[in-house]
Amino acid sequence: MAKYLVKRIGFIIVSLFLIITITFFLMQAAPGGPFASERALPPAIEEQMNEAYGLNDPLHVQYFDYLLSAITFDFGPSFKYAGQEVTDIIKRSFPYSLILGLEAIFIALSIGVLLGVIAALKHNRFGDYTAMVIAVLGISVPSFIMATILQYIFSIQLSVLPVARFESFAHSILPAVALATTPLAFIARLMRSSMLEVLNSDYIKTAKSKGLSQRVVTYKHGIRNAILPVISYLGPLVVSILTGSFVIEKIFGIPGLGSEFVESVTNRDYTIIMGTTVFFSLLLLFSILIVDLIYGLVDPRIKVARSGGEK
Amino acid sequence: MEQTQLKDKDFRPIQDFQGDAEKIAGESTSYWKDAWRRFKKNKLALAGIIVIILLGIMAFIGQPISGEDYRSNDLLSANQPPSADHWFGTDNLGRDIFARTWEGAKISLFIGLMAALLDLIIGIIWGSIAGFFGGKTDESMMRIADILYGVPYLLVVILLMVVMDQGLWTMIIAMTVTGWINMARIVRGQVMQLRAEEYVMAAKSLGAGNFRLLSKHLIPNTLGPILVTLTLTVPNAIFTEAFLSFLGLGVPAPLASWGTMTNDALGAFQYYPYQLFFPAFFICLTMLAFNVIGDGLRDALDPKERK
Repeated sequence: MAKYLVKRIGFIIVSLFLIITITFFLMQAAPGGPFASERALPPAIEEQMNEAYGLNDPLHVQYFDYLLSAITFDFGPSFKYAGQEVTDIIKRSFPYSLILGLEAIFIALSIGVLLGVIAALKHNRFGDYTAMVIAVLGISVPSFIMATILQYIFSIQLSVLPVARFESFAHSILPAVALATTPLAFIARLMRSSMLEVLNSDYIKTAKSKGLSQRVVTYKHGIRNAILPVISYLGPLVVSILTGSFVIEKIFGIPGLGSEFVESVTNRDYTIIMGTTVFFSLLLLFSILIVDLIYGLVDPRIKVARSGGEK
Repeated sequence: MEQTQLKDKDFRPIQDFQGDAEKIAGESTSYWKDAWRRFKKNKLALAGIIVIILLGIMAFIGQPISGEDYRSNDLLSANQPPSADHWFGTDNLGRDIFARTWEGAKISLFIGLMAALLDLIIGIIWGSIAGFFGGKTDESMMRIADILYGVPYLLVVILLMVVMDQGLWTMIIAMTVTGWINMARIVRGQVMQLRAEEYVMAAKSLGAGNFRLLSKHLIPNTLGPILVTLTLTVPNAIFTEAFLSFLGLGVPAPLASWGTMTNDALGAFQYYPYQLFFPAFFICLTMLAFNVIGDGLRDALDPKERK
């Protein structure tokens, strides 16, 4: 176990190193300097600013400086907003994204699993078809279209929920639902097929022939075993929620990390782009590790140490 | 229990044993014919194919039949609702939405198909080499893929879009940079599985080289899963295009794509919801069609998976 953890963390460090390196050189290769979009500066001042941000050093010096400060989680100041540190911006905006993301994960998991189970229990009957139509639609409607549809219906036509901003629980409902749509549909399909497989297995027949009630068979024997593929989907789920937040936060005007990232991309604010990219990757790599560990705990058949290479 | 008495007259020679007994009544069906027969039964998937064909046709004849150009703006007739002149209305610059929708169809379908095709080529080469040679080659090739896979797809695409100049091909290339990994993994898995089959050994002992083994024996037999992945890559690429355009990183201005149209319409969608409706509807319709085709293909090509 310890050996496995060390191996995985080593892998995470190598990945992060590569990501930092690649983003650094990508940003170097990006057309136009960070001050190109500003008003034309007198050459002397531009020279001074380049000096202040360390842009006059040779490339390899800049690279090692960046690498060293990235280890201590210091991504330097924002190019666009004077006096703001990238780390502060991440600290300020991440809580919004975290709350929104957790809410969306909760919705996607609970409703997705529920739909999948209903579909499997009512296999080839009305309930199955309804659940699967919802699932196919959920996969086919992109989150940003879903978001505008929800805004249109619930905020503009019915005016029951606020249209934007992020101040109370009511504000978070629409963005969380929009963010959850696509993963919810995936989970429902995943759950359905694995539940169908489990319901056809011998131990379910045994449980039924012992005279256990349908409810006990479904909950204790069925769902417990069928939920495993859903757990392995948690990694992609985090990715989907994370990237989904880019548009959803923009549409709903939420000051989270996703909209901060999008804004930095439009502003070509390179330090923020690099900082958030590294942060996102770190978040993601660790959540995948945690998911793998949970998977090993939930399903004792899987030896964590052996499944190391395969994901 | 009474014993049945058998007499001599109960026995007689079977007439003409060699006759029809061993004849195969039906025509022999190949794997693909069989798959097509199953696919045809799936009405939804057939409808999906028809929708895609119609969209493809409209992408080319949509603009000519409307008689409008997707670029020409007319500020005097801006923001008009659908009418006899402008079937889908006009946008905030007075451009005809009907013409723009079909121009958008051309771009979305082109990006979707092109990205899928590039993924296919790179994925097959990478995956089949890794799967066929195995060992160290496989280990190092898949490690590289794993690391690339660790970074969120859209994040990479966005970063690349920042670095490169905006344009159609930039977008396709950015999508391919990480998009091929999925395909490579599937091809690798299939090739590894098939490598041990007897027919491969037979071909080897007849003197077939590595290239021949891969191109004639292994890859054709992995076509089923490849085709399914390919069909599901297309809606993904179309979604990514719309997503990027929505963030303002899409195709540059005079070009119309469904994503940019959605983005343009968003600002005023309280007042002109139809401007948002048409591009959004066609994005969903196209993705839906490709998704049901993909599902249909999976059911048809892999009877084991059928539920």
